[in-house]
Amino acid sequence: MDPHHEPHSHEIDAHTGIATTGHEWDGIRELNTPLPRWWLGIFYATIVWSIGYWIVYPSWPLISGATRGVIGYATRAAIADDMAELQARRASQAAGLTQASLEQIKADPNLFRIAMAQGKAAFGDNCVACHGVGGAGGKGFPNLNDDDWLWGGTPDAIQQTLQHGIRVATDSDTRISQMPAFGRDGILKRDEIVAVANHVRALAGLPTDAKADLARGRQIFADTCAACHGPQGKGNQEMGAPNLTDAITLYGMDLPTITETITNGRGGVMPAWGPRLDPTTIKALTVYVHSLGGGQ
Amino acid sequence: MSVSEADDLPLFAPSKKVYPQSVSGPFRRLKWGLLVVCLAIYYLLPFLRWDRGPNLPDQAILLDLAHNRFYFFFIEIWPQEVYYFTGLLVLAAFVLFLMNAVAGRIWCGYLCPQTVWTDLFLAVERAFEGDRRERMQRDDAPWSADKLWRKGAKHLVWLMIAWWTGGAWVLYFADAPTLVRQLATLTAPGMAYVWIGILTFTTYALAGHMREQVCKFMCPWPRIQAALTDDEALNVTYRYDRGEPRVSVKQAARLRAAGQPAGDCVDCRQCIAVCPTGIDIRDGAQLDCIQCGLCIDACDTVMDKIGRPARLIGYDTEANLKRRQDGLAPVYRPLRLRTAIYAALILLVGGAMLYQLATRSTVGISVLHERTPLFVRLHDGSLRNAYTVRLLNKRPETRPFALSVAGLPGIGVEAVGVRATADFRPVIDVDPDSSREVRVLVTVPPGTPLEQSQVITFTASDLFAGEVVRTQDHFIAP
Repeated sequence: MDPHHEPHSHEIDAHTGIATTGHEWDGIRELNTPLPRWWLGIFYATIVWSIGYWIVYPSWPLISGATRGVIGYATRAAIADDMAELQARRASQAAGLTQASLEQIKADPNLFRIAMAQGKAAFGDNCVACHGVGGAGGKGFPNLNDDDWLWGGTPDAIQQTLQHGIRVATDSDTRISQMPAFGRDGILKRDEIVAVANHVRALAGLPTDAKADLARGRQIFADTCAACHGPQGKGNQEMGAPNLTDAITLYGMDLPTITETITNGRGGVMPAWGPRLDPTTIKALTVYVHSLGGGQ
Repeated sequence: MSVSEADDLPLFAPSKKVYPQSVSGPFRRLKWGLLVVCLAIYYLLPFLRWDRGPNLPDQAILLDLAHNRFYFFFIEIWPQEVYYFTGLLVLAAFVLFLMNAVAGRIWCGYLCPQTVWTDLFLAVERAFEGDRRERMQRDDAPWSADKLWRKGAKHLVWLMIAWWTGGAWVLYFADAPTLVRQLATLTAPGMAYVWIGILTFTTYALAGHMREQVCKFMCPWPRIQAALTDDEALNVTYRYDRGEPRVSVKQAARLRAAGQPAGDCVDCRQCIAVCPTGIDIRDGAQLDCIQCGLCIDACDTVMDKIGRPARLIGYDTEANLKRRQDGLAPVYRPLRLRTAIYAALILLVGGAMLYQLATRSTVGISVLHERTPLFVRLHDGSLRNAYTVRLLNKRPETRPFALSVAGLPGIGVEAVGVRATADFRPVIDVDPDSSREVRVLVTVPPGTPLEQSQVITFTASDLFAGEVVRTQDHFIAP
């Protein structure tokens, strides 16, 4: 085609009878098939709509922040509203929990479900740092899924522990008794500690050191340890003294760990949650922890 | 290329308003019949009742979005069974393909809501503004009291129909009689009014104003249909082998007397006048043709008047046009490879869905193993795993399920917060038409030989109906 001759836009394509746009590439010309009028109208309408959007909603970025829009909408405020609505709905559900006793909650499937959900959430927020996700526990931090309890596994005992904590100096109702540091404080001598440590392993049915004086160990245990742990080493939940004969251990039942325990004593602490959480949340936590598997 | 010269191009193509003329004949009668049936189904179906027992809605078709249930006569669908909808859509696509391969755009011409409502709106327009010629003249004429009241009345009736259409739409999502009462007393939920408004607008705009523009520019089906059709599919066809050359009645008589060829088409343009999309069927198969058959009725009327055989325009195939031109007898072959494949696919998908529906269980169980901790040692040395078990009850009454676990010697099961049977199986009462989650503790006595992971089976049995459902999970040991 003659390079000086551009096809005029209104030139009709001979083959189809449709006007061309005037665009041409290597002799291939583009047919003009314009949109219907209403389609163009909608296109313009969307542009007009966007102007309204700029005015109504936050849109133009400024140096710090953005234009606010005339209706004052903000995603952060919307989330705050949603959270407030959630809190209000929770409060109405929690009202049932606040009234009911632990027994009533357990007996009512609906209350139980609400308590479990709230308890699970509260546990995740407050308890997992020490007790682990799902209450799995760790060395020095009790596993709440098992059936061995230092201070009792009844709902009331659990609620008491939650409310007042363990060895909290500022709480007069807290669980206080503590294992003495028999070695550090010079109550027992080194060889006595080794003997009684071996006896503790014997109580748990574990193998002992061949050179250990088990008879002496038994005597020392009866004189020194039985007051809290009981003559058979079965423990005492009144004192928070663990059962030494079962398969569950908080710190470990190998000889060095037992020796360390007797030498330095043990006294894990747990915060009192009474001053920090509302009574309904404590109740929900009680139900949740009790349901994990070991509740009595 | 030149850009500057493109500037003076129009940005849009002014569409010519279509003034479809009224027509009578078998296809028009068929379309009126289908219109009444389709609209009756749409407007009245929400009021059909279906007894499902005391705890469930008694509406035959109900999309209960608030409770995540879909009721369709005897079928109740839960959200996780959305694949029934997928199957239904697949089935609908194959039925559309089959219709298309057998007789063209049956859907577009007779059944599509756009066609049905446009037909209804056109009838209203005709009632107030008269037929094609009268409407064209009035549109050209300046505004007058007569024009104002006729147009006004038409739009009013259109809006009423559109509002009614939106009103029927929301009835599928709530108990129809209750919602009607609420709407009448202006106490219905706000969403109902919003959706009535949306459907009123779309019906009024699409059926009243957009009409053929929807088929030509919005609907994807004409494009798909064009790719799916073949030479043996029945389509509304102008038989050009019979119609050409187009001559007047008198000239045709003269030509025939002289022994010269004369076509049957007298170029009266009636086929164009009645066409709802404003096309000329004599140009051959085209995207804009919805194949409603009204041009067949129009042409047959003319052929009858001039004493020529009917069906100059009729349902025919491209292959038959060629056969007649080659002097062969026309044949119609509805049974072809593609129709057989479509039919087979319809049977396959439909059969699979029916089988699934007939054998589906009214109870479900799913088990999730507790990950923290994976296992717990109890004070007597026994080992415990915890699970979250979810039981589904799809029946309209409360069902007690006894849960048991098997797979290891001495294995025991308890569930938190539920009662137990005489043989110590935990019993989980699941409310009608709902599901319930329980924490389940599985314990193996000390001394049981355990691998790190072993398969155990959870069994839930309905204590009344005896229905049993099972699933497997793992018991984890140190």
